[in-house]
Amino acid sequence: MENTNNDKLIIGGHEFDSRFILGSGKYSLNLIEAAVKYAGAQIITLAVRRANTKEKENILDFIPKGVTLLPNTSGARTAEEAVRIARLARELGCGDFVKIEIMRDSKYLLPDNNETIKATEILAKEGFVVMPYMFPDIYAARALVNAGAAAVMPLAAPIGSNKGLAAREFIQILIDETDLPIIVDAGIGRPSQACEAMEMGAAAVMANTALATAGDLPLMADAFKNAVEAGRKAYLSGLGRVLYRGASASDPLTGFLR
Amino acid sequence: MDDSKKSENTYIIENRHLSEQAAKRKHALETDPSVRTNHMEYMKGMEIINSDVCKKVMSEVEGYDYGSYTAKDVISALEHEKCTIEDFKALLSPAAEPFLEQMAQKARLETRKHFGNSVYLFTPLYIANYCENYCVYCGFNCYNDIRRMKLSMEQIEKEMEVIAKSGMEEILILTGESRAKSDVKYIGEACKLARKYFRMVGLEIYPVNTDEYRYLHECGADYVTVFQETYDTVKYEQLHLAGHKRVWPYRFDSQERALMGGMRGVAFSALLGLSDFRKDALASALHLYFLQRKYPHAEMSLSCPRLRPIINNDKINPLDVHEKQLCQVLCAYRIFLPFAGITVSSRESKSFRDGIVKIAATKVSAGVSTGIGDHESKYTGKDSGAEEGDEQFEINDSRSLETMYRDIENQGLQPVMNDYLYV
Repeated sequence: MENTNNDKLIIGGHEFDSRFILGSGKYSLNLIEAAVKYAGAQIITLAVRRANTKEKENILDFIPKGVTLLPNTSGARTAEEAVRIARLARELGCGDFVKIEIMRDSKYLLPDNNETIKATEILAKEGFVVMPYMFPDIYAARALVNAGAAAVMPLAAPIGSNKGLAAREFIQILIDETDLPIIVDAGIGRPSQACEAMEMGAAAVMANTALATAGDLPLMADAFKNAVEAGRKAYLSGLGRVLYRGASASDPLTGFLR
Repeated sequence: MDDSKKSENTYIIENRHLSEQAAKRKHALETDPSVRTNHMEYMKGMEIINSDVCKKVMSEVEGYDYGSYTAKDVISALEHEKCTIEDFKALLSPAAEPFLEQMAQKARLETRKHFGNSVYLFTPLYIANYCENYCVYCGFNCYNDIRRMKLSMEQIEKEMEVIAKSGMEEILILTGESRAKSDVKYIGEACKLARKYFRMVGLEIYPVNTDEYRYLHECGADYVTVFQETYDTVKYEQLHLAGHKRVWPYRFDSQERALMGGMRGVAFSALLGLSDFRKDALASALHLYFLQRKYPHAEMSLSCPRLRPIINNDKINPLDVHEKQLCQVLCAYRIFLPFAGITVSSRESKSFRDGIVKIAATKVSAGVSTGIGDHESKYTGKDSGAEEGDEQFEINDSRSLETMYRDIENQGLQPVMNDYLYV
């Protein structure tokens, strides 16, 4: 059996052991604690607009040491606004990682790929490790790669919908055709869906609502940890080939050829 | 006397301090419709925009016969994954009342899906209570005998300091509707001050033109709340007897002008109980719904005020909109508009607000005063000896920010002071 200990997630030259990333939509301090302690998350997304607070319980104070912050630009409606928010994140001491989120739709919160590409280009040039949230379109993914993204983060389903891999086929194309890590973001409602995304070859998955609204946070966090690991191992084991072999006929169809 | 006349008259109060001429004018406005202006006609200086939103909303509302919906319609509405306008109409109807618990369950699911456990907190700050309108149910109306006041910039800053010190990060600046006493420049200066003390600045002022909204946005405001009061134009005419507010269509288009002026978000509501609350609830939600389709980037929210007693008239009450009906309306709002914010103000009781944040509401006020310049005395218990202006209406839930924060936490929800960045 292959040893998977050296199987690292590499984003912009940084290495991570965990392939579960905590999203930021629904925030609570218990959620962060559960994600780190039980889901093993090493990357935690943080909405800059939420960190922009005087509150005594500032989320920034609750990020454990050794966890990488992934500030996002939620609230931005244009590339220009996203760039400004990213710079503010850097000033606030959130590091060089940035997840670009540009939404011009308050109903479904769908990302605007065009604006996202523009912002990626600007921020990559400024030395950010840019992780753009996007609608799974292969042309946009290629443009993001060219613009200097460190990973591509397609949505699986509308954010918060817990609908799972609604965009499955298109995400598979992105995984197959893109050299950067594909991180499945938004829509993952159950551990089984996270597992499936990992089996498909996603480099990591991001979830938030699925945990935030669970009855027992630590238990659900643990379930996600196991699901992501199981999916990853299945992918590494060559799942696709196993199925293909199992389905092949015992008598060769081409036996008649000389 | 028909019923509508009767209810109107319960609002009207005498003011013995008026001059003979003013009293005569007041009386004429109340009793003789012919002295009142055409409420559908724009006054000078009011911008007219090209919009079909009003027509779309009102054609749905006019045809709404809520008596025609049955339990079957309600059940099918509850079973649908997406709530259509027809479904929403069924959920607002009397036929839905026996299904309130099921509606609440579904509403809670939607709220948690879209907002998680977050409950946002804000407080209003009234900076002036001068008003040029005669709206018969309102404590600020120009004929009501109350202590009038307009805060100076120094006084506003003092109030803001006191509020900010309590930990509040979102503020809603309010004025009475008087362009003469509190002009756009004055409000803009207040916004600039507010930007220093708060992360998020909202406005609830008289409707203005697009360029004025743009100016106020540049001063730091990013959210505009305008209550239509009632979408029933006939009733509106009978309740808003004089002043700029009398012009119903100009008020209707306020949110759209605010968005055209660059504001990030807008809020809507009818004052439930003024007219047929089911129709007004339908109109409020559709107003949001159709405007959102036109401006998909904008953030939108609904409030749900009911009538409250005012100074010199403690008989004003929410009429047939009891807490149960209000709860039904809010559940229906949530199911129809899962993405919209829902604000429940301190007009409502502690028990109602504690209950409704678990189901549908996403924002509540705390540490509220609807008076002018009285935050220091109300927050610290110290009477500063400074002049204070009277209140717009009596609040019900007087919890401080600290208490409210704790109460929300104790319900397993996450109080959020700010989720906003001015960009």
